[in-house]
Amino acid sequence: MKPVAFDYYRPQTLSEALELLADKGDEAVILAGGMTLGPMLNLRIVRPRAVIDISRIEALQTISVTGSVVVTGAGLTQSEALSSEIIAREVPLLAMALPWVGHFQTRNRGTLGGSVAHADPSAEIPLALVACGGTVVLQSRWGQRRIGARQFFVGALVTQRRPDEMIMALEWPRSAPDAGHAFSEIAQRHGDFAIAAAACTVRLAKPDRVEQLVVGIGGVEDRPVAIDVSSFLGQAPGEMAAKLSEYAAASVSPMDDRSASAAYRTALTKVLVERAVNSALSIARLQRGRLQ
Amino acid sequence: MLLCDFLRHELHAFAVHVGCEHGVCGACTILIEGRAVRSCTQYAAQADGADIVTAEGLAPPGTLNEVQRAFMKHHALQCGFCTPGILCSVAHFLRQTPEPDERRVREMLSGHICRCTGYTSIVTAILEAAAMMRKGS
Ligand code: FES
Ligand code: FES
Repeated sequence: MKPVAFDYYRPQTLSEALELLADKGDEAVILAGGMTLGPMLNLRIVRPRAVIDISRIEALQTISVTGSVVVTGAGLTQSEALSSEIIAREVPLLAMALPWVGHFQTRNRGTLGGSVAHADPSAEIPLALVACGGTVVLQSRWGQRRIGARQFFVGALVTQRRPDEMIMALEWPRSAPDAGHAFSEIAQRHGDFAIAAAACTVRLAKPDRVEQLVVGIGGVEDRPVAIDVSSFLGQAPGEMAAKLSEYAAASVSPMDDRSASAAYRTALTKVLVERAVNSALSIARLQRGRLQ
Repeated sequence: MLLCDFLRHELHAFAVHVGCEHGVCGACTILIEGRAVRSCTQYAAQADGADIVTAEGLAPPGTLNEVQRAFMKHHALQCGFCTPGILCSVAHFLRQTPEPDERRVREMLSGHICRCTGYTSIVTAILEAAAMMRKGS
């Protein structure tokens, strides 16, 4: 189908874009790569009066390392992120999630910021951001707000972003050199939206003591979630994957819809968490060995 | 106006095929600034000033490139609806990945839907073209 008629704006600078957004607010949508918005416009799921194309604003396409975080501009494409050495080294969890995002052809255009703004419950980039404990930087003509990813996602396609704000950047905490990361997913076909996905980060203080642990789950609830795993800290990693996977499956409140039943999502949570934890642990062991 | 419609109806680049019109099937894939992207989820105005290559431009008129020859040899097309999009993807993919294995080729192909050929011959053709291009360069 074809989209409804709309006014098309292509600001060259951030301030022009913010000005437009302040002016049009509710009536406008922000277009970056168009890998989600494009289909929604064509199918007339959204019928905006104005489309603000931010894909040519160069200031939004940068990657930089500042102190303890890697900052990615909202307009950075998924394929640029995937080929970035900085991201491979500093944010390995994102690098592991990206090959699951869409296809070669859609990653060439789809952006990190677009995926976060759209907030599909099963999207990989929001899950990676939640698992990393990252931050969303929002900007409007009146100022900037920084919101932790775990608060930013409110529900399916619902975030804390206000209509006059745009996502300017994402902040990804840099990975500790001895951390192990893993990402696992089940989808109907490769490149489709995940039915369920799990992300894990783990660090071992000694070979037998878990120092840091994160388990994130996507596609199961109406937004990506980080499970409270504090009771596993300080424990020995031996039987951890099996116990954690039971625990994770018991702590989620799964959606029930056409693509999968709640029971199936719970079963997938268990399997995927176990896989992710096991593989993150084995990487963490290797890293420890390598650094000693 | 969608970029694919502009290319077809205004510029008569009929190799730009349109299947799903929402980014799923890959038929409309073209090269913008050398990168394989969908032309149905972009508007013509967005491509203002951009360097665009459609399947028509992958080889000089009247000739076939290495990939096209391999597709012919291995019967990697039947109705040909999906083919121009795949050829554009392959052009970018092989530039980025000159020595692909079968898994990577299949991963790249997951962005295209072919309803007749059955993928096996397409994979064979791409792998052979990659080998020929390596020999040639
Ligand atoms: S027509 Fe563009 S992807 Fe199907
Ligand atoms: S050759 Fe017919 S769809 Fe691919």
